[in-house]
Amino acid sequence: MMTSLLYGGTGVILFALGLWAFLVYEPLLRKLIALNIMGSGVFHLLIAIAERGALPPDPVPHAMVLTGIVVAVSATALALAMGRRLEDDDDAG
Amino acid sequence: MNLDQMLPAVIVLSSLLPGIFIFLVKEESHLLRGVLNMTGAIVKLLLVGVMIWGVFHGHVYETRLTLAPGLTLVLHADALAVLFATLSSVLWLVTTIYAIGYLEHSPNRSRFFGFFSLCVSATVGVALAGNLLTFVIFYEILTLATYPLVAHRGTPDATRGAKIYLAYTMGGGALLLVGAVWLQALSGPADFVQGGFLSGLQPDVWWQLIAIFFLLLAGLGVKAALFPLHGWLPQSMVAPAPVSALLHAVAVVKAGAFGIVRVVYDVYGVGFADALGLLTPLGILAAITILYGSGMALTQDGLKKRLAYSTVSQVSYIALGASILGPVATIGGVVHLVHQGIMKITLFFCAGNYAETLGVHKVSEMDGVGRRMPWTTLAFSVGALGMIGIPPIAGFVSKWYLAMGAVEADAYWVLLILALSSLLNAGYFLPILYRAWFRPPPKRWPEEHIPAGRFETMGALLWPPLITAAFCLAAGLFAAAPFSPLEWATLIARREYGP
Amino acid sequence: MLDSLALAVSVPLIGALLVTAVPGRAQGLGLLAALATLATVGLVTAEVWQQGSLRSDLGGWGAPLGISLVADGLSAALLAMAALVALAVSVYATGYFRRGETDTHFWPLWLLLWAALNGLLLAADLFNLYVMLELLGLTAAALGALTGTKAAVEASLRYLLVGLLGSLAYLLGVALLYTAYGTLDMALLGAAVRPEPIAASALVLMTAGLALKAALFPMHFWLPPAHANAPAPVSAALSALVVKAAFYLMLRLWLDVFAPLVTPWAAGLMGLLGAMAVVWGSWRALRAERLKLMAAYSTVAQIGYLCLFLPVLTALPTGDARDDLLVALLLMALTHGFAKAGLFLAAGLVQRSAGHDRIDDLGGTAQHMPATTFSIALAGIALIGLPPSGSFIGKWILMRSAIESGQWWWILPILIGTLLAAAYIFRVLSRAFNLEPTPRRFVTQARTEVPALLLALTAVAVLGLAARPLWRLLGFEGGL
Repeated sequence: MMTSLLYGGTGVILFALGLWAFLVYEPLLRKLIALNIMGSGVFHLLIAIAERGALPPDPVPHAMVLTGIVVAVSATALALAMGRRLEDDDDAG
Repeated sequence: MNLDQMLPAVIVLSSLLPGIFIFLVKEESHLLRGVLNMTGAIVKLLLVGVMIWGVFHGHVYETRLTLAPGLTLVLHADALAVLFATLSSVLWLVTTIYAIGYLEHSPNRSRFFGFFSLCVSATVGVALAGNLLTFVIFYEILTLATYPLVAHRGTPDATRGAKIYLAYTMGGGALLLVGAVWLQALSGPADFVQGGFLSGLQPDVWWQLIAIFFLLLAGLGVKAALFPLHGWLPQSMVAPAPVSALLHAVAVVKAGAFGIVRVVYDVYGVGFADALGLLTPLGILAAITILYGSGMALTQDGLKKRLAYSTVSQVSYIALGASILGPVATIGGVVHLVHQGIMKITLFFCAGNYAETLGVHKVSEMDGVGRRMPWTTLAFSVGALGMIGIPPIAGFVSKWYLAMGAVEADAYWVLLILALSSLLNAGYFLPILYRAWFRPPPKRWPEEHIPAGRFETMGALLWPPLITAAFCLAAGLFAAAPFSPLEWATLIARREYGP
Repeated sequence: MLDSLALAVSVPLIGALLVTAVPGRAQGLGLLAALATLATVGLVTAEVWQQGSLRSDLGGWGAPLGISLVADGLSAALLAMAALVALAVSVYATGYFRRGETDTHFWPLWLLLWAALNGLLLAADLFNLYVMLELLGLTAAALGALTGTKAAVEASLRYLLVGLLGSLAYLLGVALLYTAYGTLDMALLGAAVRPEPIAASALVLMTAGLALKAALFPMHFWLPPAHANAPAPVSAALSALVVKAAFYLMLRLWLDVFAPLVTPWAAGLMGLLGAMAVVWGSWRALRAERLKLMAAYSTVAQIGYLCLFLPVLTALPTGDARDDLLVALLLMALTHGFAKAGLFLAAGLVQRSAGHDRIDDLGGTAQHMPATTFSIALAGIALIGLPPSGSFIGKWILMRSAIESGQWWWILPILIGTLLAAAYIFRVLSRAFNLEPTPRRFVTQARTEVPALLLALTAVAVLGLAARPLWRLLGFEGGL
C-alpha cells in the first residue's frame, strides 16, 4: 500500500512539475519535454494503482500505459516535425 | 390535410416560390422574370379572393406545422388577417407592374425582384400569423428580405440607410423576441384569440405582463415608426421608389402597426389591456408621434422625405385607434390600416413618377408639374387630400371614426390631436398642390428622362397611381358597401367587443 | 456478423489506408470512402431510430478489458451531422485542392480524422475516448498545417501543444477515476460516482482539459489563428466538428458520469464562462479584419452558447422541459455545425477568387459570386439565430427555459451575442451591394459552390422547420 502511494504521489508531483515547466518555458523542446514528463507522471499513477496486493496486478492500467506511450511518441514526433519545419523556414528566410 | 388547411400556406408560398426561381433567372431574361412575377402576384390575389369568399361563408383556414413541442407555426385566416393579406396582395400586384416599368434599364433586377417577392411572402405571413411565434418568425424574415432592397442601389447613401434600417429593426426584433418568449413562459403556447388569452393569469404576474407589453411595443414600434423609434424611416428613402411605395407605405410599417393591433386585441384583449393601464401610454405615444411626424414633414424639402415623415405620423393613427377603448375607435384604427396604405402608396408612386420622368426630387422643384403631368398630379392630389381628411376620400372615413370613438370614450384630448394633425397635414400637402397646379412651370426640368408622348410618362408608371387613387376614392364613396374596408373593420370590432 | 457501429469507425479508417497506399487515386478513393462512411452512419442512425440505443463489444470482449462502442440519440444525431458535413467537405475538397502534393496529404489525414471523430462519438469507455481524442487532435493539427505557410505551421503547432496539454489533464482525471472506482465504462461509472474529493478532482481536471480543446473562453486563444490559417475545407471541419467533439465529451461527462457532483455553482460557472465567450467572441468577430478570422471568432462565441445551456439544464428537474432543452442544445450544435462549415467553405471560395479575405475590400468578389454570397448570408442567418434557422428554435427554448427556471439573466448574453452577430454578418453582406455589373449565372463553380450552399441551406431551412424527428431520435415526448 505504501509503495503504491509513493508511486502515485510521485506521479502527481511529476505531472505538476511538467505543467509548471510547460507554462513557464518558451522553447519548443522544453515544452515537449515538459509534456512528456506530465505524461510519465500519469503513467506512474496508473502503474501504481495496478497493484492489487496478493493478486496479480490489474492488466487494464498496464494496457492504458502502453497505449499512452504510443500516443505520446507519435504526438512528440509530429510536434518535432512541425518545429523543424519552422526552423527550416527561419533559416531559409 | 384538406384544402382548407393548406390554403394559408399556399398563399405564402405563391410568392415565395416564384421569388426563389427569380434569383436563378439570368439577368437578360426579362420576359421569363416578368412572367414569374406576374404569375405569382395574380395567383396570390386569386387565392386571397377565394379566402375572402370562404371566410365570409364560415370556412376556417388554418395551417399548423409543429416545429418543436410547444412551438407551432400557425397560419390562420381570421377577419383581421384577411384584411391585411388582401391589402398586401392587391398592392403587390400594382407595385409589381410599377416596378417592372421603373427598373426597366437598371442592373441586378433578378436580385431585386427575388427579394421583393420574399418581402411580400413575409408580409402575408405576418398577416396570417396565428400566434406570436409565427408572427415573430415572419416579422424577422421581413427585416432580412427588405434589407437588400434598401441597399439595392449600392451607393454610399444606400449602404448607410440600409445600415441604419438594420440597426433599428434588429434591435427591435430582439426586444420583440424577448417579449414573446417571456410571454410564452408565463402563459404557455397560445394562439391569437379575439379578446386575448391573458386575462386568466394571476394578479401577481401582472407586473410581468406590463413589462412584456412594453417590450413587445418597443419591438413593434420600430417597424411602425413610433416616436422615438422612427429614425430609420426617413433614412430608408434612398431605396428605389417601388420599395418606398410598397415596403415603407405598406409592408414594413404596417407589419409593425398590425402587430400592435394584434397584441392589443388578440393577445391582451383591449379590455384587459385597459385594466392593466396599458392603453393610456400607448395613446400618448401615438399622439406624440402623430404631431411630431407632421411637424417634421412641414420642414422637409425632399418630396420622399416629406412623405416619409407623413407616414410616421399617419401610421400612428392605427395605434391611436387601438389605444381608445370602444368599438368605434377600433373601427377607425383598423380601417386606417387599409386607407393609409392605399393613399400613401399613391403618393409614393407619384413621387417616383416625378423623379423618373422629370428628375424632380424636391418640393421646391415642383412648380407647374401639374401642367406637364396632369394625370400623375391628379392622383397625387387625391392621395394628399385624403391624407388631410377631405371627404369623400378614404382618409376622411378613418378620421371620422377615430373622432367618434374618442367622443364615445370621453377621450376629448384625441379630438384636439386630430384637429391639430389635420391642420399640419394641410400645412405640408396644400403648398405642394398649389405649386403643382398654379405656379408656372420652369423653362427646363432638372433631368427630363422620359419625353412627353402619347402619355405624360411610361404606361407602366402611370396606371398604378391612377388605380390606387381610384381605390382611395372608392373606399370613401362606397364605404358602406359590402366587403369594403370599413365593413370588414366593423366586423372585426363587433367580434372583439362581443355581442 | 458486421455491426454498424464498428463499420462507422472502420470504414473511414480503411479508406485512410487505401488513399495512403494508392496516392495517385486519392481523390476518387477518398470520395468513395466518404460515401461509404455516410452509408454506415446512416445505418447507425436508422438503428438508433428504431431501437433507441445500440451497444457492441468488439471481438466479443466486453468490459473491462474489451473495447465497446455505444450509440444513443445524442451521438447518432451528431454522427449524422458530422457525416453530412464531412461529405460536403470531401466533395468541396475535390474541387478546391489542385492535384498534387497537398491533395495526397489531405485525403489520408482527413479520413483518419473522420474515423477518430466517429470513434469519439461512439466510444463507451473513458480510455478509448482518450485515444480518439488524441488521434483527433493529431490529425487536426497536421491538417491545419497543410498549406505549409509559416503562420499556419505556427498556429497548428500551438494547437497541437495545447491539445496535448488538454488530453493529459483529461488522462490524469481518467486515472483518478479508475483509482477510485475501478472501471472506465461510462455507464458503470455514472452509477458508481459519489460526491467525494477524488471524483471532484477528476471532474475539474477533465473539464479543464476538454474546455481547453473546445476553446471555451478564456482558453480560446489558440483557436482563431489555427482555424483562420488552415485551408478552407480543413477550417470547416475543425470549426464545425472537431471543437464540437470536445464539447460533446464534456457534456456527456457532466450529464451522464458526474451528474451527482454537478452543483448549481459549478454549472453557473460554466454558464458564466459561456456568457463571456459569447460576448467576447462576437465582439472580436466584429472587429476582425479577415473573413476567416471572423468565422473563427464566431466559433468561440458559439461554443459559449452551448455552455449557457448547462446551468439551465442543471436547474430543471427531469421531465419534458429538460428534455426539450437538451434537444435545443443539440439543435444549436447541429445548426452551428452545418452553418459554420458552409461559412468556411464559402469564405474559402471568396478568398481564392479575390486572392485575399480582407472584409473591407471584398465588394466586387461578393457580387461576382452570387451563390457563394448567398451561402454566407444563409449561414449568417443561422449564426445570428434568426428564423427560420435551427438556432432560432434553440435560442427560443433556451430563453424560455431560463425564464422558467428563474435564471432570466442568461438572456442578456444571448441578446448581446445575437445583435453583435447580426453586426458582423451584415458587415460582410453589405459589401455585396456595390455598383458592379451583375454576373450572368447564379452558380459559377458547381463542385465547390453547391456543397457550401447546401450546408448553409440545411442549417436554415431543414433544421429550422423539420427538427421534430430529433425528439423521437432522443426518445423524448413530442417527436413524430
